[in-house]
Amino acid sequence: MKKNIIIFIYVFLNFNLSYAEIDSTEQINIYKNLRCLICQGQSIADSNSEFAQTIKLVVKDQIKEGKTESEIYKFLIEKYGEWIVYKPEFSMNNFFLWFLPYIVLVLGGIIIFNMVKNSRK
Amino acid sequence: MKNKLIIIITFSFLFFIFFIFYLSLDKEKNYNTKNLVGKKIENFELDLLFTNNKIEVNELSENNFTLINIWASWCAPCRKEHKYLILLKDNKKLKILGINFKDKKNNAKDFLKKLGDPYYYNAEDQSGKKSVKLGVYGIPESILINNELRIIKKFIGPLNNSNYEEILDIIN
Amino acid sequence: MLSNFGNSLIVVNILITLSIIYSVVFCISNEKQTIPKKIWNFSLYQSTISITIFFTLIAGFIISDFSLVTVFQNSHTLKPLFYKISGTWGNHEGSLLLWINIMIIFSYLFLIYNKNSNKNYLFYTLVIQNILIIGFLLFLFINSNPFSLIFPTPKEGMGLNPILQDPALAIHPPLLYVGFVGSSIYFSAGTASLLSGYNGKEFAKSIKPWILVSWIFQTLGILTGSIWAYYELGWGGFWFWDPVENASLMPWFVMTALMHSVIVLEKRNTLYPWVIILCLLTFILSVTGTFLVRSGVLNSVHTFANDPSRGLYILVFLSLMVFSSLIIFFYKYQKYSYNFNANSKETFILVNNWFMAFFLVTILIGTTYPIFIEVIKKINISVGPPFYNILIIPIIIPFLIFMTFGPKAKWIKNKFSSFKSLTLLVIAATFLNILISNFFKSYSILSNIVITSSIFLILNSVLDLVKIFKKKRSFDFPRIISHLGFGFLVLFIGISHNFSIEKDFNIKIGETKLFKSYEINFESLETETRKNYKAVVGHFNIKNLSNLNEENARPEIRIYNNPETLTYEAFIKSKLTHDIYITMSNINRSEYYNIKFQKKPFMLWIWFSVLMISFGGFLRLIKNEK
Repeated sequence: MKKNIIIFIYVFLNFNLSYAEIDSTEQINIYKNLRCLICQGQSIADSNSEFAQTIKLVVKDQIKEGKTESEIYKFLIEKYGEWIVYKPEFSMNNFFLWFLPYIVLVLGGIIIFNMVKNSRK
Repeated sequence: MKNKLIIIITFSFLFFIFFIFYLSLDKEKNYNTKNLVGKKIENFELDLLFTNNKIEVNELSENNFTLINIWASWCAPCRKEHKYLILLKDNKKLKILGINFKDKKNNAKDFLKKLGDPYYYNAEDQSGKKSVKLGVYGIPESILINNELRIIKKFIGPLNNSNYEEILDIIN
Repeated sequence: MLSNFGNSLIVVNILITLSIIYSVVFCISNEKQTIPKKIWNFSLYQSTISITIFFTLIAGFIISDFSLVTVFQNSHTLKPLFYKISGTWGNHEGSLLLWINIMIIFSYLFLIYNKNSNKNYLFYTLVIQNILIIGFLLFLFINSNPFSLIFPTPKEGMGLNPILQDPALAIHPPLLYVGFVGSSIYFSAGTASLLSGYNGKEFAKSIKPWILVSWIFQTLGILTGSIWAYYELGWGGFWFWDPVENASLMPWFVMTALMHSVIVLEKRNTLYPWVIILCLLTFILSVTGTFLVRSGVLNSVHTFANDPSRGLYILVFLSLMVFSSLIIFFYKYQKYSYNFNANSKETFILVNNWFMAFFLVTILIGTTYPIFIEVIKKINISVGPPFYNILIIPIIIPFLIFMTFGPKAKWIKNKFSSFKSLTLLVIAATFLNILISNFFKSYSILSNIVITSSIFLILNSVLDLVKIFKKKRSFDFPRIISHLGFGFLVLFIGISHNFSIEKDFNIKIGETKLFKSYEINFESLETETRKNYKAVVGHFNIKNLSNLNEENARPEIRIYNNPETLTYEAFIKSKLTHDIYITMSNINRSEYYNIKFQKKPFMLWIWFSVLMISFGGFLRLIKNEK
């Protein structure tokens, strides 16, 4: 009788234990890179809104289907516009965005180099 | 001379920046989907709400115009806009597809019983995931498409009188 | 009644400010060599009245005088007293009043501390500072008046947002404003220096304490803002590269560059034009930041309520400020000689400026680019954390290395005598890094190099500390503390970022979720009624599967009535080695709750590192004053 009770309790406990999916940091990284469109400056990872919850489900499904990160972004950009992704794409439009800091870095280096060189005189 | 050039470049550059800031002051800051007009919606399957059948989005190309309306019984603004959908119900040029969003069948049935059923097709999206394929981000939302399945106009929020008139204009 | 009192005092202060400007201009044109008593008195009245105006507004909040629009919109009778008071500066109008107070008080303090300096320089500084003050006073009075009335008087206020009822947030604006509003004084002093010709070492000595003070408070202001975001906003992060955060960080880079460059000006009497540019740039960026945040051109989680008319005023003010100061700069510009040996402390400080410029431009472009693209190409893009991380993190590596070598270099000419010990340190740093990656888990190559470089800086700084205790030469102590703090900051952020565990899942009462390293059980849900809200508390049991430690977590959902809001209170257990972080939110029309669970290593050490950084500045300040 005791054994049966123990077995019963064990089965009952397991009934409520749900094994979570594989350690998916990729999932959370994608959530962090998506903007919650109805919130004021929050990512899908941070937001609790209806929209965020729906998008999380969609992303989870697409990861299960085997889609890559960039395919998922492409899909969402097609539906919602570029605004939904936090990483701006590498395009001609965004050339100055990605390269101006490096241009400044190179220019700064040149200026310092010249200053030192001119000092030698 | 070099100094003068630097001064001119600096001042022009700054003037340009301040001018852009000035122009940005009255830009609409809320998310809108103007960029989606003209795009073709993808084909996918929807479960029908009251039967066990399915519908494919491609079937909507049979109509001249289709108004896709995403709604739910728990959504208060959906009640407000419902009367415009009823008005559009009998319009020969337009068929309305209703997608019931994250709702319970019984509640949806009650809602339509009380306020009328304007939908030629009644579909459901319990998880909300299908609506993402249409670029939906809040309800109610309505999308007007033509027989090529291209988006003519997206209406965010409940339809009002001017939206209703606009739809009539477009389909005529 | 408060309204009339407040408004009259504002008008009086406008008149006093105008009188100060008039008197000082008179002194300049008559080349006076003494400070007339009138100016002393006016400045004292100006400060006293300004503080009184501020206390008047505070009084309005304390007694809940809802006839004042600002009090009505931002307070409520049931607010705890502490937050009624801090609510004074938690809104646009009140914070503007705080802004003006700091400008006026700093003006008076500058007068006191520089009463024996070059008179022309002092007078010009006062003129420019007071012109800035007038600009803001007029803005306050005409557009953003905290004493504007609402009629009929409402019986109850609209309440302060509950997320803003937090101690860190209460002190965050005052700290931050002493920082970037305080920079107004060296904006004025820099312009004054150009106009009066008072430059060189004496000028550097005059502005250095102001730069230090504003830098220290800016650092602390940013720290408290991050602490508030971490403990209050419920996403487990402390930096989101949000426009408002960036607006506070940009002046910080310029202040840091300026702090280092002014040392060069003081010691070697070079870099004068560059120091002036930096003096101007700090306050210009501060006002630009204010413009971006308060005008509504950017979308952010903690902007004030947006109003384009404010934006227009600030934009006009900003452009006037920028164009006039630049015109003066170019008009008075002369070529100065310089002599930089490649291997010298001066050059290393130039390198510091170089990197500061890079970081500044990156953040400035990232923040404002969406505005430009939207106006020019009508496209909406988002620029968020991935952009900033990709650009900034790799550059941190050479920056840390330069930071290690720079302070060791001597002025004018340096020779490195100790290659052997440096090589040993590099090996030690690499070894420690390997230890870390083996003990926890391995991480990306980039992270490896970043962490190794930060350890390199840390080890060097520690060795320098040892040298100080041996030789009793404590001059360098403040610098070592700050640089060590920065090394720690990079190290702990690197480790925390790489070794955080984050889980996002849905669960209902009674369920248990099993992960690789944790088991989380949702035991029960309890409701409690508290002072001005109702709390729905989740009882969770978290078991660490590797050491079988258990933690009881109590995240909450808080339901407020005034205004009707829902907030999610994270349960955060901060320990020495890591923080446990849980947020719980309900899913509409479902019995499931969405849980975000995080284990974040070394969070307390991150805050501590920033404290260390500002503490070094504080030590330098009191050393200077001795």
